[in-house]
Amino acid sequence: MAFIRHPKDFFAGLLFVAFGLAAVIIGSNYSLGTAARMGPGYFPRILGILLLVLGVALSLRALKIKGEPLPRWYWRPTLIVLGSVVAFGLLVNYIGLAIATVGLVFGSSAASHEFRPKEALISGILLAVLAVGVFIFGLNLQLPIWPWSN
Amino acid sequence: MDLFNHLALGFGVALTPVNLLYALIGALVGTLIGVLPGIGPVATIAMLLPTTYALQPVSALIMLAGIYYGAQYGGSTTSILLNMPGETSSAVTCLDGYQMARQGQAGAALAIAALGSFFAGCVATVFVATVAIPLSELALKFGPAEYCSLMILGLIGAVVLAHGSLLKAIAMVVLGLLLGLVGTDVNSGAARFAFGVPELIDGLGIVSVAMGLFGFAEILTNLESTEVRELITAKIGGLWLTKQQFKEAWPAVLRGTGIGSILGLLPGGGAMLASFGSYALEKKIAKDPSRFGKGAIQGVAGPESANNAGAQTSFIPLLTLGIPENAVMALMVGAMTIHNIQPGPQVMTSNPGLFWGLVVSMWVGNLMLVVLNLPLIGIWIKLLKVPYRVLYPAILLFCAIGVYSINNTSFDVSQTAVFGALGLLFVKLECEPAPLLLGFVLGPMMEENLRRAMLLSRGDPTVFFTRPISLGMLIAAAALLLLIVAPNFRKKREEAFAEGET
Repeated sequence: MAFIRHPKDFFAGLLFVAFGLAAVIIGSNYSLGTAARMGPGYFPRILGILLLVLGVALSLRALKIKGEPLPRWYWRPTLIVLGSVVAFGLLVNYIGLAIATVGLVFGSSAASHEFRPKEALISGILLAVLAVGVFIFGLNLQLPIWPWSN
Repeated sequence: MDLFNHLALGFGVALTPVNLLYALIGALVGTLIGVLPGIGPVATIAMLLPTTYALQPVSALIMLAGIYYGAQYGGSTTSILLNMPGETSSAVTCLDGYQMARQGQAGAALAIAALGSFFAGCVATVFVATVAIPLSELALKFGPAEYCSLMILGLIGAVVLAHGSLLKAIAMVVLGLLLGLVGTDVNSGAARFAFGVPELIDGLGIVSVAMGLFGFAEILTNLESTEVRELITAKIGGLWLTKQQFKEAWPAVLRGTGIGSILGLLPGGGAMLASFGSYALEKKIAKDPSRFGKGAIQGVAGPESANNAGAQTSFIPLLTLGIPENAVMALMVGAMTIHNIQPGPQVMTSNPGLFWGLVVSMWVGNLMLVVLNLPLIGIWIKLLKVPYRVLYPAILLFCAIGVYSINNTSFDVSQTAVFGALGLLFVKLECEPAPLLLGFVLGPMMEENLRRAMLLSRGDPTVFFTRPISLGMLIAAAALLLLIVAPNFRKKREEAFAEGET
């Protein structure tokens, strides 16, 4: 891949091309209408093509000008953090805010390189008390506190 | 004079106990989160936006505005004490503020930051009030073609004045416009890019988009670095200025306020541009520029006044034209839309209480910040001792609960996580997310105005060039583009040449 001289721009360009293509292809299901009476497909088509052109230009330019290499992607923290947030969203209505909070705080803490299980657990419990107090009693959020409070 | 009646109306709204309370909460929470490193004002507002849904529209906007300048204020505190800008707009405050702190003058630096900000806030409030009426009268004359061109000008301006690659920033704007179109098309009722997912029929949520791209991506980026930050242990010193310092600082405050108010008006401007502009100016006109970077009080006074002035005047385009000029204002549009207020010139006439209440609350909020924060600085410093490993799970928690509570659905939480991953990808590829958010907010508005303009002209696209105001704005947009392209183009070519020789 030595011909890619500016990997950041090159892959950003590809990303835009992908989005542009998706917009044009998916958008082809919507009626275009006319310039005077634009259908739901008209503006997305313009934008999709524009994005496609910009992406191609960016990628092509990346073959000419030089740039830094791609930075490393740290999968562990990404997956742990986003995973625990998604899990929180999926489970909170079933296991209740208290347990879900401890789970989210403890789980996401594990993403840090200075993870301390005991501290994370304590912080999780304290935050659970705070969250239940503020959001359920204070702001009247419609969420169960415990799995059995549904 | 009319202005006084308006301001009186504003005071009537802003000084009700409820609104005072929300201004106070906003300012405090904003400072609290602004002090915390690694979470900027956009992420902060996105995080707290859901908590304002249940409030009256005025109270909600007052609180959000309070959060915004509270966050500015908190950011300057960490810049001075920690050499760590909580927000990009206070990055320049680090240069001299931290040096002052190292010389034992942290108190003076904090005091001038607070007083300068307050002074700038007072001036900017009056400025907003005077400029708003004529501007919105002008805006009421705009037809759909003018609006379309204005949005193009705004978006181009935002891109040109932002740092980083121009091509990428334009692509991000276009991508944002596209993402803004997800959901039901108002004209035809067709569901676009919804993939049969019922939650997507209402479109992507602005909170999810902003929280993911700004909040989550920031946290994920911070988790990658293994740096340990150090806290200044030196004494803060007296929270007052010497006569000499005062004498040196006040002209800088005046200049910062002026430059900040103007730069805040520009698309893509706002607090950050204002503080950088002011620092450059102070350094240029100083008798002894070599003192800058070594604890010159003007280097704190100017930018801190400027960023506060800019933060406030950046509301003008939003309130009068309905066009957000930076990511924070884009979120304000989101907040207004949620409360069924269409931002634009009609807000002032149809909802004067809201408009003037918000304007006056800016001043009230600033007053609160000075009165409360100088004595509270000790508490904010204690907060800085909380290690990041404890802090970020708590931030994640409040984000997750906040975003869940908007519609009571786990879909929004997952959607935010997806934008978090996308945001991290953008960071890796050096794509600024702010233009995307602007495009996202403007997408539906732009389509609507484009459609109406083209309908009125019976499909003739020259309408954008034959109407003088529209033409003027398009020419301005083109000029801005040329301005940035020319030197950039030359520089890039030179780089290519230089490499060719070696």
